[in-house]
Amino acid sequence: MSSLRQEFSKGLILENPVLRLVLGTCPTLAISTAAINGMGMGVAATLVLLGSNVVISLLRKVIPDRVRIPAYITIIAGFVSIVQMLMKAYLPTLDKALGIYLPLIVVNCIILGRAEGFASKNSVLASAVDAIGMGAGFTAALVSMGIIREFLGAGTFFSLPVTSQFIEPIKVMVLPPGGFFVFGILIAVANSLARRKGRKPVDSLGCHGCAGCEACPAGQSEEGKLNE
Amino acid sequence: MNNLITIFLAGILTENMVLSKFLGICPFLGVSKKLNTAVSMSLAVIFVMVLSTLVTYPIYANILVPNGLDYLQTIVFILVIAALVQLVEIFFKRFVPPLYRALGIYLPLITTNCAVLGITLLHFTKEYNFVEAIVNALGAGVGFLVAMVLFAGIRSKLETCDIIKPLNGLPITLIAASIVALSFLGFSGLVG
Repeated sequence: MSSLRQEFSKGLILENPVLRLVLGTCPTLAISTAAINGMGMGVAATLVLLGSNVVISLLRKVIPDRVRIPAYITIIAGFVSIVQMLMKAYLPTLDKALGIYLPLIVVNCIILGRAEGFASKNSVLASAVDAIGMGAGFTAALVSMGIIREFLGAGTFFSLPVTSQFIEPIKVMVLPPGGFFVFGILIAVANSLARRKGRKPVDSLGCHGCAGCEACPAGQSEEGKLNE
Repeated sequence: MNNLITIFLAGILTENMVLSKFLGICPFLGVSKKLNTAVSMSLAVIFVMVLSTLVTYPIYANILVPNGLDYLQTIVFILVIAALVQLVEIFFKRFVPPLYRALGIYLPLITTNCAVLGITLLHFTKEYNFVEAIVNALGAGVGFLVAMVLFAGIRSKLETCDIIKPLNGLPITLIAASIVALSFLGFSGLVG
């Protein structure tokens, strides 16, 4: 039981997919303009992650090693389509706000990374718990970034006005540059906290979970080959 | 014709894929340390983007929509792009070895790159016709190249800077990206 709890909690803090592993940067930057969008994206990705982790873990002895990446992508794309259709039917406004970033969950490194790195080697229960933990970590990071950007850039908290009536909000924070800026500061904070606890700070993009890793020269030797 | 020029310029300046849509952030931050790798990567992205638009657009418009299968868009597109990149890689390796040596290693990277899937999906949310879609893909690809080249230059300067410890590494790279994105905001209203 304690190991399951560990699988869950590692995704939240120690191995937070966004702030510690630096995966899924594209949706993190694009969607975090408002806290509620971050929440929607996080929940959608968690559902996909849960579904794909469970199915891949169930099929881990059936899928031949050589075609595993295409097989994983197909499974993930299936779940993404289900989530897309559900969202279109029940939450059309959120679906509009997420736009193309919803189907882009297919190529989100977090999901493929967990499929390749965890679900393909572990039992169904552990994979499900891992998915929920990682999904929660992703959601937490997206929502906190959404709260910061929304507060600074629009003066609201989950669309409720806070300072917007009497302070002119810093609009650029909800525009693309603000995304890069807030993300940079958050990584710096996470790094400082990690250093204080005696852990290694992240200094490069965590592309190790990416599906192209095997073929990609960047993944094999810490960007070694590419930058020689 | 004017329309096409607008789409092309918008792809590079006002709706830059990396700096305003956050597509392809991984290669933007990961492969932009050296100018020549940044350029090769971008050329491979341009090539794959235009090619996948050429293939996925007719599939969606002529096969999926008439048969009421448009909900399969995501699955079909990612599989078609993956297969296409694989084919291109094999073809290059066999028939154009110099091109393979220059771009080949970047091709598998691009399959799971959100930029290519993102652009092929964007054509339909913007309701472009076939020609517009191809121009849009080309513009987005060139926009990626511009962003990569600019950023590679900035990063080579960053290497020699003395940066305070908490910001060193990835944080300062992101803040630099933020400043580049800010300067691209200056183009807003220019086209489209």
